[in-house]
Amino acid sequence: MMATISPIERAVSEPPRIRRLLIGLALVFLTLFLFLPLAAVFYEALRKGLGVYFAAIVDPDALAAIRLTLLCAVIAVPLNLVFGIAAAWAVAKFEFHGKSVLITLIDLPFAVSPVIAGLIYVLLFGAQGWLGPWLAAHDIKILFAVPGIVLATVFVTFPFIARELIPLMQEQGIQEEEAALVLGASGWQTFWRITLPNIKWGLLYGVVLCTARAMGEFGAVSVVSGHIRGATNTLPLQVEILYNEYQFAAAFAVASLLTVLALVMLAVKSLIEWQARQTRRAALAMKGEF
Amino acid sequence: MIQRLLQRLSVPVLTIGLLATPVAWAADLTLLNVSYDPTRELYQDFNRTFTAYWKTKSSGDNLTIRQSHGGSGKQGRAVIDGLEADVVTLALAYDIDAISAKAGLLPKDWQQRLPNNSSPYTSTIVFLVRKGNPKGIKDWDDLIKPGVAVITPNPKTSGGARWNYLAAWGYALHQNGDDEAKAKDFVTRLFKNAPVLDSGARGSTTTFVERGIGDVLLTWENEAFLAVKELGPDRFEIVTPSESILAEPPVALVDQVVDRHGTRAVAQAYLDYLYSDEGQILIGKHFYRPSNPAIAARFTAQFPAIRLFTIDERLGGWQKAQHVHFADGGIFDQIYQ
Amino acid sequence: MQFRLKQRSVLPGFNLALGYTLLYMGLIVLIPLSAAFIKTTDLSWTEFWAIVTTPRVLASYQLTFGASFIAAMINTSAGLIIAWVLVRYSFPGKRLVDAMVDLPFALPTAVAGIALTALYAGNGWIGGVLALIGIKIAFTPLGVIVALVFISMPFVIRTVQPVLEDLEAEVEEAAACLGATRWQTFRWIIFPALRPALLTGFTLAFARCIGEYGSVIFIAGNLPMVSEITPLLIVTKLEQYDYRGATAIAVVMLVISFMLLLLINLLQWWSRRRHAA
Repeated sequence: MMATISPIERAVSEPPRIRRLLIGLALVFLTLFLFLPLAAVFYEALRKGLGVYFAAIVDPDALAAIRLTLLCAVIAVPLNLVFGIAAAWAVAKFEFHGKSVLITLIDLPFAVSPVIAGLIYVLLFGAQGWLGPWLAAHDIKILFAVPGIVLATVFVTFPFIARELIPLMQEQGIQEEEAALVLGASGWQTFWRITLPNIKWGLLYGVVLCTARAMGEFGAVSVVSGHIRGATNTLPLQVEILYNEYQFAAAFAVASLLTVLALVMLAVKSLIEWQARQTRRAALAMKGEF
Repeated sequence: MIQRLLQRLSVPVLTIGLLATPVAWAADLTLLNVSYDPTRELYQDFNRTFTAYWKTKSSGDNLTIRQSHGGSGKQGRAVIDGLEADVVTLALAYDIDAISAKAGLLPKDWQQRLPNNSSPYTSTIVFLVRKGNPKGIKDWDDLIKPGVAVITPNPKTSGGARWNYLAAWGYALHQNGDDEAKAKDFVTRLFKNAPVLDSGARGSTTTFVERGIGDVLLTWENEAFLAVKELGPDRFEIVTPSESILAEPPVALVDQVVDRHGTRAVAQAYLDYLYSDEGQILIGKHFYRPSNPAIAARFTAQFPAIRLFTIDERLGGWQKAQHVHFADGGIFDQIYQ
Repeated sequence: MQFRLKQRSVLPGFNLALGYTLLYMGLIVLIPLSAAFIKTTDLSWTEFWAIVTTPRVLASYQLTFGASFIAAMINTSAGLIIAWVLVRYSFPGKRLVDAMVDLPFALPTAVAGIALTALYAGNGWIGGVLALIGIKIAFTPLGVIVALVFISMPFVIRTVQPVLEDLEAEVEEAAACLGATRWQTFRWIIFPALRPALLTGFTLAFARCIGEYGSVIFIAGNLPMVSEITPLLIVTKLEQYDYRGATAIAVVMLVISFMLLLLINLLQWWSRRRHAA
């Protein structure tokens, strides 16, 4: 096959030497900056044996941290999901002034240092902050309790789903929705029957990334958590605690648990993408037939 | 969907609400001890002992003691911002002063309420070197020699590092007949020998031990003992300098919080128990120097004799030391200009 | 043409969607962020300026922005190659590699910092090898770049990948038929099509790097004037109960981040309009 390569094929694809070079470069880079750090996590986690590994994970403090981390994700992701759909609907389906500014504001939490994210909630809800005295008078606890941790998580994962949906919905345009409306469907019917099915894969992808990020957030949560063991420590904070107690194997075990969770999420994501590609291909094939 | 969400949300909110409600006839009590980094092991042990003690003393109270650890400054700030600590056990009086001044959670004279300036244990700053002491480090002067890498955390973020810095300063001041310019030169050369400034004491220990960076680690005496015990008696040894600073990590009851929680009695008992014979023995076992001389005498074999000076006598107290050395533009900043 | 159609809004729900978006964004993002800005009004302009321009803070901007720029550049070139390889070639394990590219988003930054330090320290797997030729990574500004490369890796790959997948093969074939070499085709046909995506990826990565804290403090060494990043200075000020100083620096970072993001969004809007026209 190689021998009978045509000039055109040569011009639309690279010589094997270059291909191998590029694949090699990509893999070396990924090895240095991705695979080896990952391998180091698992190597350190399993260095003291499986016994230590599992003991670290079923430790009551670690279990409490797992529960809290999942709770944060369960609250933060649906909130950002509803927001993401609303924002994408407004941005992608309509033209209005200040759109660039709106999109920039949606992006902003990407670029805000987690430290600053924590700081602003302290300024707002801290005992010395704006709302602190009022909250204390009404015995409502936000900072150094679960609500504060959830808020910080929501902030950090704020743009993920919106950012995933906006380009997708912009690409899809509004003809299908318009057609449905002309045929007499109500707004909600149009949304549920037309828009949602169109964006479901992008939506799921956004949810997966958002969940993964929600479970892994460290900096912002660290500022608002108070680090009370068994009560306000999330998994990433638990890793830091174990590490600071010289329990390196246990720290990496908990870290590897997060990595496994992340890998599962990513596997789900790949599956979603694969399925999306299949549907797209099927749709293209259909169009081709017409 | 939303209802279920609210239900899920309300469980933790309720739990926290319950924890915060004053309990009239104590049956289930929760104490939160907000502490600094190196006391994890001590309080883990101490809390277990005290919970058992309190159960018999109070005829059946179920006491849960929660711990929070972190850098002393960070912990002090968390309490100021509303972390509901019943007791604080921090690295420096300055941090508890800040809680009193900025949040008014406890009276100004808090340090007079318990014996020994409210410090049930003391410690000092020593050197941890690699086995066999390859660089021959014996005293502070050896730390400023060229080619010696010194590991210490950043005094701006770590309470322990402030003690490190002030110990070096106090030593240099004493050696040079109170010449501040020479003392400044000494600490400048010392920090020029520091290749890494971690944000906390534990971070520095890890850098020194796990990453193999540096020839000498400046650290709390208790941390040095713990590091040798936990991380390899065959790899490290402790060097005690000729003189060092008397570090007095204070403890205090946070009045406003215990009154709101109705935990004053148990919190007070908790702190008093630190001064009891049982508490003092635990303190010694965890390599802190017990403040009770009778108990301290039992641990003389463990703690080498060392000339100790206090921050009041050589640096004029915490407020002054903080202002002169660690404030923005202070002497520590000048080292790096 | 499509562009004009979009402007007529027969679709319902604009007020509801935009209203909810603004409300939620206000509650979660804008009000909290404005707290930082209002806090700095405690300071006079000269005080503010003095805090944000001390030599130590200036040195930290230099490191933060310099290292972020280099890391984003590295990720832009490496990201282009990786995206190219993942889209155009096939090799064993490609699916797995593709799936793992997102991992730096999901791994807690502290874990990343610890793992990278263990790896790149003088006694680590990679650091040990580099030490033989006299290169030190961990506890130097180079360590900062390594950490930033890790945490911002997915941005460029993930923005370039879809564009590359959508590129019409016909254009390349046409170029080839007209006698263009492969390099010419890439230089004049493919690269211009990828440029907006590369730019977006670069800026997102750059913005993310500027704010990064958790992973960097483990590997940086944190020496004032040398390897101290700006977010660390914010933390340092907080630990000393200097809220005003901390928020002053935070505000500077916020404004710069906002400007950067606004710039790319405008660029994108501009390029889409040019595309449509």
